[in-house]
Amino acid sequence: MSDGNQITLARMQTGQSGKVVQIQGGGGLVNRLNALGIRPSKRVTKVSSMFMRGPVTIQVDRTQVAVGLGMAKKIIVELA
Amino acid sequence: MKILLMGNPNVGKSVIFSRLTGVKVIISNYPGTTVSYTQGFMKLGEETVEVIDVPGTYTLEPTCKAEEVALQMLHTGDIVINVVNATNLERNLYLTLQLLERDIPVVVALNIWDDTKHRGIHVDLDKLRELLGVEVIPTVALTGQGIKELVENIHKATLPDTPVRSRDERWATIGSIIDQVQHVTHRHHTWLEYLEDASVKPLTGGIIALTVLASAFFIVRFVGESLISYVFNPLFNHLWAPVLLRLSDFLGGTGFPHDILIGKITGGEVNFVESFGLLSSGLYVPFAMVLPYIVAFYLVLGLLEDVGYLPRLAVLMDTVMHRLGLHGYAIIPTLLGLGCNVPAILATRILESKRERFIAATLVSIAVPCAALQAMIFGLVGQRGGQYVVIVYGTLFVVWIILGIILNRVVKGFSPELLIEIPPYRLPPWRTVVKKLWMRTYGFLVEAVPIILAAVLVINILYIFGIFNAIANFTAPVVTGLLGLPKEAVTALVVGVLRKDVALGMLAPLALTAKQLVVGSVVLAMFFPCIATFVVFLRELGVVNMLKSAGVMISAALITGGILNLIL
Repeated sequence: MSDGNQITLARMQTGQSGKVVQIQGGGGLVNRLNALGIRPSKRVTKVSSMFMRGPVTIQVDRTQVAVGLGMAKKIIVELA
Repeated sequence: MKILLMGNPNVGKSVIFSRLTGVKVIISNYPGTTVSYTQGFMKLGEETVEVIDVPGTYTLEPTCKAEEVALQMLHTGDIVINVVNATNLERNLYLTLQLLERDIPVVVALNIWDDTKHRGIHVDLDKLRELLGVEVIPTVALTGQGIKELVENIHKATLPDTPVRSRDERWATIGSIIDQVQHVTHRHHTWLEYLEDASVKPLTGGIIALTVLASAFFIVRFVGESLISYVFNPLFNHLWAPVLLRLSDFLGGTGFPHDILIGKITGGEVNFVESFGLLSSGLYVPFAMVLPYIVAFYLVLGLLEDVGYLPRLAVLMDTVMHRLGLHGYAIIPTLLGLGCNVPAILATRILESKRERFIAATLVSIAVPCAALQAMIFGLVGQRGGQYVVIVYGTLFVVWIILGIILNRVVKGFSPELLIEIPPYRLPPWRTVVKKLWMRTYGFLVEAVPIILAAVLVINILYIFGIFNAIANFTAPVVTGLLGLPKEAVTALVVGVLRKDVALGMLAPLALTAKQLVVGSVVLAMFFPCIATFVVFLRELGVVNMLKSAGVMISAALITGGILNLIL
């Protein structure tokens, strides 16, 4: 499964999109992200990231969600 | 019977709530928590039933305090109206499925239905009804469309036989439902969506934020000043002043009742700012100096809230706020504080940790002047030149930053990361904007005006009995030595504990230099919260935190005032 196309949400370029493959975090984080529609197999597009380690904004379905950088590093996306 | 309105945040639940219920609503705290909910009543046939606007929740497996409360409230209801965002069916259905698994009848309101057409989304309603096994009513809460049908169908709420599933099974079920009922046609970005994206990008977002905040500031000043010059000043000068002068004559122009009611008449005219009587300054300050800015500020803030701009500002400000030990969402209590510190302290509830609430509330109390105080700063300090107003604001801003950085280092614990949904931009309906503006203005009138009148009365009485002289002599070394203010300014500082706008007004007749006025305004803004803020702070964060915070306030005020006195 490990191909070079997988990167963290934090490292994605603005405008790139891909499928979430894994959330590397405890049940709490998985639950919170799930509630906002971010879960494995979901297609996400990166809308923006803020400089100086600021939050990342992504588009999931028809909503936007802002995710702190620490969390964004735990979300693994397969680019496509 | 008790009806629960449940749904994700930002689905228009509260608008449906206000459509269903009458004017009599009660906002209360859920016992033992800081989570509040709204309760109202509606006529259902002959019966009057209770309706509860349950805090927005994404799931019945709670991820925060508000969701825990939502889950607990579920056990107290008889029927659930599940409000679903029709433009974001997939995510919303997760909660719907969880609700259907529970032992309570459900009817679904498919809200924001009008938007599905613009967004190229087609939903097969009959198929959705069949698959969920409950009634589904399309609604547009903003216009009221579908609300009547919703009410007619409440009694048809059903309890379908839905198996209890695991999380993954639920998502799989939702996937298959979406495949069968929803069809999305591709469509290009609208200009509004381009604007949404631009608002959260660093460069364009920064420009938009500056533009929005600058326009907000100018609109507040324009509306506020227009109200003062064209409405309130004419009213007071042409209608009220003659009445007071006649009353003054009647009372003999001097004496105890005269001084309390009308204050000092100078040169046969009523000086509304300086006379300091109950019927002169006591009415003029709240109505003609402060109220216009309160109205203007809450109008603009309400628009920003309802358009959906504030979460975007939170994203942009997150980096900065983290340096101050907060996360981006703390910008909301901070902005509210520019109106009144009381709702600002209440709004720190949206922050999850005690640490964040303490830092946010302390920073607001110290460095965020409320609209009433700002109105007086513009009115009095502004007379001496715009640069002095800039110095006051600049100083408070620097204090906000430095104090935040210090508190972030000193207060134990850490601040959690930002994770928020950013709702789409919407044009707010005027009805709700005006309703909110009225509720907030009314709140100011009933809470602030009596305190202002009481403050003016108490000051006059204390003054007559010479109490202030005693306090002034006692604190003179600090006030004159450190801050370079005349002894009489102590009176104003003491009054600042009651009302800061009134207190600043008391500096007016003292013939201060511009520098002294700047020092006085800054110290007054910082050294202690007004009585209303104090009470709320105490209630929300406890005695210990209040004492800590008060220590920070007094030391920061003295240090800042001392420095200003030296360098200006």
